[in-house]
Amino acid sequence: MNPKDLTTYAKNTWCPGCGNFSIFSAMRNVLAQLDQEGTPIENVVLVSGIGCHAKIVDYMNVNSFYSIHGRTIPVATAIKLANPDLNVICFSGDGDSLAEGLDHLIFAAKRNIDITLILHDNRVYGLTTGQYTPTSPKGFKGKSTPLGTTESPINPPELMLVSGATYIARGYTHGIDLLQKLFREAIMHKGFSFVDVLQVCVSYFNLYETYNKRTYEVKGNDPSSFDEALKLARSWNYDGGDGPIPLGKFYKVEAPRFDPVNEPRAIDRDPRAINRDARIKELLENFI
Amino acid sequence: MDNFSTLIGGIAGDGINEAGATVGRLFSRLGYRIYMYYDYPSLIRGGHNFSLVRASRHMIGAHQDDVDVLIALNQETLENHAFRLTDKSFVIYDADKVQYSLKQKGCGLPVSAILKEEEALPIMKNTCILGGFCKTVGIEWAILEEVLKKHIPKNLELNLKVAKRGHDSAMEFCSIEKLNSPALPILSGNQAIALGLIKAGLQAYVAYPMTPSSSLLDFMARFAPDFGLKVVHPENEIAVMLMAQGFAYAGQKAAVGTSGGGFCLMTEGLSLAGMAEMPVVIMMGQRTGPSTGLPTYTAQSDLHFILNAGQGEFPRFVIAPGDAQDAYYWSGVALNMAWKYQVPSFILGDKTVCEGQYSFDLDDAGELEEESPLLWDGLEKYSRYKYTETGVSPLAFPPRKGQAIKADSYSHDEYGVTTENPKITKDMNDKRLLKNSSMAKEMEEYESVKVFGESRSKTAMLCWGSNKGVCREAAEKLKLRAVQVLVLSPFPTARLKAALEGVERLIAVECNSTGQLARLAGFYGFNTQERILKYDGRPFSLNDLEADLRRVLA
Repeated sequence: MNPKDLTTYAKNTWCPGCGNFSIFSAMRNVLAQLDQEGTPIENVVLVSGIGCHAKIVDYMNVNSFYSIHGRTIPVATAIKLANPDLNVICFSGDGDSLAEGLDHLIFAAKRNIDITLILHDNRVYGLTTGQYTPTSPKGFKGKSTPLGTTESPINPPELMLVSGATYIARGYTHGIDLLQKLFREAIMHKGFSFVDVLQVCVSYFNLYETYNKRTYEVKGNDPSSFDEALKLARSWNYDGGDGPIPLGKFYKVEAPRFDPVNEPRAIDRDPRAINRDARIKELLENFI
Repeated sequence: MDNFSTLIGGIAGDGINEAGATVGRLFSRLGYRIYMYYDYPSLIRGGHNFSLVRASRHMIGAHQDDVDVLIALNQETLENHAFRLTDKSFVIYDADKVQYSLKQKGCGLPVSAILKEEEALPIMKNTCILGGFCKTVGIEWAILEEVLKKHIPKNLELNLKVAKRGHDSAMEFCSIEKLNSPALPILSGNQAIALGLIKAGLQAYVAYPMTPSSSLLDFMARFAPDFGLKVVHPENEIAVMLMAQGFAYAGQKAAVGTSGGGFCLMTEGLSLAGMAEMPVVIMMGQRTGPSTGLPTYTAQSDLHFILNAGQGEFPRFVIAPGDAQDAYYWSGVALNMAWKYQVPSFILGDKTVCEGQYSFDLDDAGELEEESPLLWDGLEKYSRYKYTETGVSPLAFPPRKGQAIKADSYSHDEYGVTTENPKITKDMNDKRLLKNSSMAKEMEEYESVKVFGESRSKTAMLCWGSNKGVCREAAEKLKLRAVQVLVLSPFPTARLKAALEGVERLIAVECNSTGQLARLAGFYGFNTQERILKYDGRPFSLNDLEADLRRVLA
C-alpha cells in the first residue's frame, strides 16, 4: 500500500509549516507499513477531538469517528470493548485532553485500556486564535491572559506515569523518523499508550527554535523502570528555562488491561448465540 | 375482597424493601395482582422507610392511603401511619419496641425476645414479623415457607424457625380469599426496562449510578453473564454518553441510564448523537428537582428538557412507560427505533415507575422482537451519510475491507468528511429531519395512546408515565375517560385526536407544577380545561386523585 492512498479528497486547511503535517505523514506511513505487515488498515479506527489536530481524521481515508472537544477516549474505549480486534488510535490536543477531557485521560491510563493517544501538544489554542493551554509555560501571554498566566503547566508524561499508562513517549514534529518509531511502538503496545508530540503552532506559539536547540533523543534508559521514567519526565517541566528536553520512549511495561479483564464476563459469549427468550423466562420464574 | 393494602415500615437498613417484596410474593401466590410503592429518604441507615403493598383482583399501578394491615417495626411507623387506619384495619407490631394504645385490633409479637432466644440476626425481625403477619391474615404457613425458601436461601433454617415462632405467637384476624389466578412475577419498572432492552437485542449498558436509575445498572451488571452483555460504569455521565456512541459506531446496541443531573452532563453527547446519527437509548428516570432536589422521590418535570436537550435541531424518539408491562414492551420498541432511525431514543421514567413493583404478565406485555436496522448492501463505495428517501442511511461497521466508515460531529458530506458548504449543510439537516416524519409514519401502527375507563365519557384525564395506574383506576371508579400518551416524540397527533373524540372537558394529571404534557399537547392543538398537579415528590394516591377530581368536577 502506498501511504498516499490513505489521503482523502478533503482540502487541507492547516497553516503552512504547521507541525500537524509531520504527525499526519508519520501516521500515514506507519499505518501503510502495518497494513503490509498484517495489521489490516480496515481494522484501524481513528478518533479525534476538536481543534486543529482533529482535522487529521478528515484527511485520512481510514475509519474514523470525529468526536467532540475532549471526548476522544470514551468513544475509543467503547469501540475497543465492542471489538477487541480493532486498533483504536486517538488524536487529541493539549486543550482537548488535558483541560476539557482530563478525567477521561486519567481514567484511560488507570484502566490501561488497549488504545493509543497521540497528543498534539502545541501548548496553545490555535482554532480559537491564541489562548493559553494546560501545557503553556507559566507567564504565557495569550488572548485570555494578556498579563501572562499565573499557573504552572501540567507535565503530561509525568501525569500519565502516575496515572497508570503503560507506554509513555515524547516526540517532536521535526524528526519524523523518531516520530514514526514511537507511533509504531505505541500502536503495537498492549495497553494504554501515550505519545506526547511537541507540535509547533507556527501562527500562535512558534517554538521551532527553542525545540531545535534543546531537544535530544534519550538513549540507554531502562523503560521498565518507573523511577527512571519519572526522572526523565521531570527533567523538563514545560516551563521556561533553557534545560534539555528529552525525546523518545520513557516507559514501557506490561500490566493487566481493562479490555480483556471484561472479556470473561461479557465478551466470551456472543450475545446472539444465547437463547434470550429462554433466559428471560427463567429469570421471570425467579421473580415470582 | 377486591383490594388489600399492607404497609410495613421501619428504619433504613431494616430491609423494608425486601420485606415489602415478600408480602407481595405472598399475595401473588394467592392469585392477586400487586403494586408496591417504596418510600425511602436519601440515607443509608436510620430514617423512616416504608413499603406499601396493594393487592388486587385486577392489574393495578397505584396505592391507596388507607391500609388494611400496618406492620410496625418501630414506634415511628405507628405514629407516621396511624392516619391510614380504618375501623377495620389492624396492626402488627414488635411488642418489644412499640407502645400500642390505638383502638384498632393489634397483635404484638415479642420479636426482639424471639431473635435473642434463637440467636438470630437483627435483619431476621422481618421474617419473624412476616410469620406473624401470615397468621393474622390467614395465609397458610406453607406459602410463607415456600417464599422464604425461594427468596431468602441464606440462613434458611434459622429464618424459618424465627418466622414460625412469629407465626405461632400471632392470632388470626381475617382470612384472605385465595383466587383462581396463577401467580405472576413481580418486577420493578427498571427490571422490566432491562428485560425489554435485552429482548430487543441490547449488547451493552453504560451508566454512572444515580437514583432512580441505579437499580437498572445493578440489574444489568448482575445479569450481564446471562445475556452476554458488556456493562461499564465509567468516570461520569459525559463518558457514559460518549461510550454508548463508541459501541454504536462499532455496531453494538447500547443503552445508558441516568436521572436529571446526570442527563445534564449527557446533553453535549446527545447533540453529537443527533449530528453523527448514532443510535443510543437513554433511560432518564425523573426525580424531584431542580438540582439535587429530593433524590429518592418522584417527579415528571423533565419532559420539556428531554424534548429540547442538546444544541441544534435533530429528531429523537421519546416514550414514557406507565408500569412494568409498558416498560418492558416500550423499552424494546425504543431500542428498535433508535437503530432503525439512527436517533437518540428516550425511555422517560420517573421514580414511581422505575422503583415501583408491579405484577408482570409477559404474555400480556406485547410481542417484542429485535428488528434489523438498515444495513449496507456492500455493492458500491460506502457512504456513512448517504441521502435516502427516508433519511436513513445504511449502516456498516468496521472492519470492512476497502472501505472507510467515517462518523462526524461537524457538518459533513455523505462520505462523512467535514464541510462548511451551505447547500450540503442544509441538505444534511433536511435528511436528518426527514427521519422524524419517517418515524412518525411507522408509529401510526403502534398503540402510542391508550384509553381507559369510560371510553365515551365527555370528561377525560390526560396523563403520561406512572400516573397511568392511578388515572385508570380513578376513571373506572368515577366513570371518566383516562387517556395515556405513551409516545411523546414524534407526537402522536392523530392517535390522540381519536382518543379524545367527543371529549368536552380535558383534565391534565401530572407530577409537576406547570402541566408539561398539557403544554405540549396544547402546541398540537389539544387544549386542557383543568390541571391536577402534584409536585411534593410523592405519587398520587387513588384518594388524592379522587379528591382532586371531585373538587374539579364539582
